[in-house]
Amino acid sequence: MKVSLTVNGKPMSGEVEGRTLLSTFLRETLSLTGTHIGCDTSQCGACTVHVDGAQVKSCTVFALDVQGSSVTTIEGMANTDGSLGRIQQAFQDHHGLQCGFCTPGMVMASAALLAVNPTPTEAEVRHHLEGNICRCTGYHNIVKAVMAASDAIPAE
Amino acid sequence: MPKDFEAKTTGIGAPMKRREDIRFLTGRGVYTDDIKLAGQTYAVIVRSQVAHGRIKAIRTEAAAAMEGVLAIFTGEDFKDVGGNPAGWLIKSRNGEPMREPKRPVLAHGKVRHVGDAYAAVIAETYEQGRAAAQQLADDTDIEELPAIIDMKAAAADATNRVHDEIPDNLCYDWGWIEDNRAAVEEVFARAPHVTTLELVNNRLIPNAMEPRASIGEYFPGTGDYKLTTTSQNPHLTRLLVAAFVLGIPENKLTVVAPDVGGGFGSKIYHYGEEALVLAAAKRLGRPVRWTAERSESFLSDAHGRDHVTKIELACEKDGTFLAFRTETFANVGAYLSNFATVTPTFLHGTLMAGPYKVPHVYVNVKTVFTNTAPVDAYRGAGRPEATFSLERVVDQMCRELGLDAFEVRRKNFLTPDMFPYTTPVGLVYDTGNYQATLDKVIEMADVAGFESRRAASAAKGLLRGLGLSTWIEACGIAPSHLVGILGARVGLYDAATVRVNATGNISIMVGAHSHGQGHETVFAQVAADRLGVPESSIEIVHGDTSKIPFGMGSYGSRSLAVCGVAMTKAIDKIIAKGKKIAAHMLEASEADITFEAGKFAVAGTDKAKTFGEIAFSAYVPHNYPLETLEPGLEETAFYDPANFTYPAGAYLCEAEVDPETGKVTIEAFHCADDFGNVMNPMIVEGQVHGGVGQGIGQALLESTTYDETGQLLTGSYMDYAMPRASDVPFYNVDYSCQTPCTHNPLGVKGCGEAGAIGSPPAVVNAVIDALHRGGHTHIKHIDMPVSPQRVWAAING
Ligand code: FES
Ligand code: FES
Repeated sequence: MKVSLTVNGKPMSGEVEGRTLLSTFLRETLSLTGTHIGCDTSQCGACTVHVDGAQVKSCTVFALDVQGSSVTTIEGMANTDGSLGRIQQAFQDHHGLQCGFCTPGMVMASAALLAVNPTPTEAEVRHHLEGNICRCTGYHNIVKAVMAASDAIPAE
Repeated sequence: MPKDFEAKTTGIGAPMKRREDIRFLTGRGVYTDDIKLAGQTYAVIVRSQVAHGRIKAIRTEAAAAMEGVLAIFTGEDFKDVGGNPAGWLIKSRNGEPMREPKRPVLAHGKVRHVGDAYAAVIAETYEQGRAAAQQLADDTDIEELPAIIDMKAAAADATNRVHDEIPDNLCYDWGWIEDNRAAVEEVFARAPHVTTLELVNNRLIPNAMEPRASIGEYFPGTGDYKLTTTSQNPHLTRLLVAAFVLGIPENKLTVVAPDVGGGFGSKIYHYGEEALVLAAAKRLGRPVRWTAERSESFLSDAHGRDHVTKIELACEKDGTFLAFRTETFANVGAYLSNFATVTPTFLHGTLMAGPYKVPHVYVNVKTVFTNTAPVDAYRGAGRPEATFSLERVVDQMCRELGLDAFEVRRKNFLTPDMFPYTTPVGLVYDTGNYQATLDKVIEMADVAGFESRRAASAAKGLLRGLGLSTWIEACGIAPSHLVGILGARVGLYDAATVRVNATGNISIMVGAHSHGQGHETVFAQVAADRLGVPESSIEIVHGDTSKIPFGMGSYGSRSLAVCGVAMTKAIDKIIAKGKKIAAHMLEASEADITFEAGKFAVAGTDKAKTFGEIAFSAYVPHNYPLETLEPGLEETAFYDPANFTYPAGAYLCEAEVDPETGKVTIEAFHCADDFGNVMNPMIVEGQVHGGVGQGIGQALLESTTYDETGQLLTGSYMDYAMPRASDVPFYNVDYSCQTPCTHNPLGVKGCGEAGAIGSPPAVVNAVIDALHRGGHTHIKHIDMPVSPQRVWAAING
């Protein structure tokens, strides 16, 4: 079966089976390997992407379910000139990553939080990231990075 | 971060941002599972569902006939090749060598733990492989045997055996130092006070976020093999696979560990899947890939800790330590993982004096086989177990004698004038200042203000406590001569090659492997500082045995302290050769050439050559002393440390306990560490954060539970409680107390494991303190993880 959708602003399509997960489709069919697979129980958040702006664990939806949707992955988070986007830059500035494996999911989850809550408290950041596991950082610098990225959002 | 560090922007000591972050933040990291190869096939492993059983039959016909199936492997296919060896020979108290059962690529004859791999399917697609693996599992007859799970029962059981040839399931019964045993007993017999604690150091599952993965390739034209794998040390993996397991020439195998998503010890070791994908690639003539599902990781990654310890402390009534004595049962699981035998012994027993001037110590460790996953080094490896035992028993002694926990530590600390100091357990501490880190942490934690914070908690019906832990570790692993005497079967030096290219930029190939530590940034920082060239002109290459010299990878907080020193030694050779070239070019004597800020100059003149000019001359040697000097500018150095390094520190945890629910909340966590010189404070802080996060996980959350039949009850993130962002606080980290290592030129000690070593006893001590201050004085100890259920039961029990 064919699935067609927009990924990081570009129209894309590919052949999938009914059981093909969005995470598998992104990684295997579209070679967008920035989306990581860290578990088989939908608990780790390494596979987090945005579907039509909403935060989704891509291992929990079938590729066919996002037919016609707009999907954003970590590969779509940089600025148009290729420089790091605001949240990505905050992660680098605040050492919010070590091995980098949880990082794509952390950035996507943080972006989704800041989109709805531009000025979260520390507790809100920690609460929002409950679905994303990091084994390296002890979360300290991830939370710092998200807070810093939130401060940087100009009031509109 | 201390102010003077913020000021630096480049070179040693600057909090430089990490260059590797760019690829990780944009989804362009290349982890093993991200690599796709033409013609690739998929391996799916068939794992035992029972803890202990005899394989009666594996009927492969049906699975082999399924769509897409290319090959099936069972233990039979590997019975004539070697086993995965133990890297360390331990001798028992009676002088006998440890028992060392063969660890095959795939289980043969018996399965010995749930998750034990006994067959594999290679198929065109992953889904086809899975379907056939299921068929194969259905077509396997295994006669289930009683599972051996409890360590003490296992050691007492003469009939039921994990390995048929090992009668009491004992790997070894080790005494350290055995000759001191009688003297220690005598001290205990006449001691004015003895405190005893029985402790469990809970089994942990490392859970690097990237599951293990391996890709095997075989090139029939040359007979070469290539293994791409999630490894912390590709050269060791190559040695083990080539020389010990498959028996292929070492120079016919390349091992590449590309971007690796965390290790924490679990990716040091060689695993059977690596040999399997290579053997299968050769048989099929196609690449064979395997990636663990997380549930496989839970069942088959090497676990950590799992000690049951009785510790006794003999002391004067004023709290002066006289002796420590321990008896530990250490679970090694079903097979010996590569460093499983050294972790509970030399990485544990030799740390049993802590930072204290205790005159007598005796450590006994019985290491036991059980029908559980293999247990090996996990962040800290033996040293967290030693620290936990010591710091818990010291706290308990203070409580029994009504003494102040801070003062008792201070009274017993080694003092700065005592170094170098030979401990009663065989180490020579080169330097340290334990008073300084204790003073520092007291200041950081505002201990003076604790009472008012406690009162505020009490007003809310909550109990607040303060928990101290003063820790030391031996890292920068390790002096080969010393570890050789102790039974190591490998050397633990490291190596680096510095290649100055003709255009003046520099490639540095290092034996250390970065899987989160930021080597690409820090090694470049250190090299740039020494060479006086910009960091941006230096590239750090790691993780590929076809490119790097034979180094020993990263673990044991060794990367900078061993490999970093090798790199600086190679740089010194480059500078020495550069001086010779400069002397020729500048028509001066070599002794008059100085090297500073990237320039070779004739002392006292303005005659100078830049680093780039020297490099160019080395590769275009038109005006060059060819009769006395080789062209080119490339040097390799190996460095074998003279001693371990001894980072130390003091940690204070402030915790709140809700007596109604038993829930523990970490209100504050303070770390004052002495890591010697610090190369990149931002990264050092990150390492401490990560270690403390894992330590809090061990103390409060993480429990690895096997039931009596050997089923792992905590085999997924739904059952195994990983620390999440809201389980931990911001950590308050300081490293301004610095006593540089005396025997390496960088003065570095290592910081990767500290947090995981120092934090668990601080957390538990804080909980016990809170409970005592709240009047629950009957509670002597609560085993980790200190879960709400356990706290509640202790309060109400
Ligand atoms: S891979 Fe999707 S939540 Fe873990
Ligand atoms: S950076 Fe390694 S898991 Fe988060």
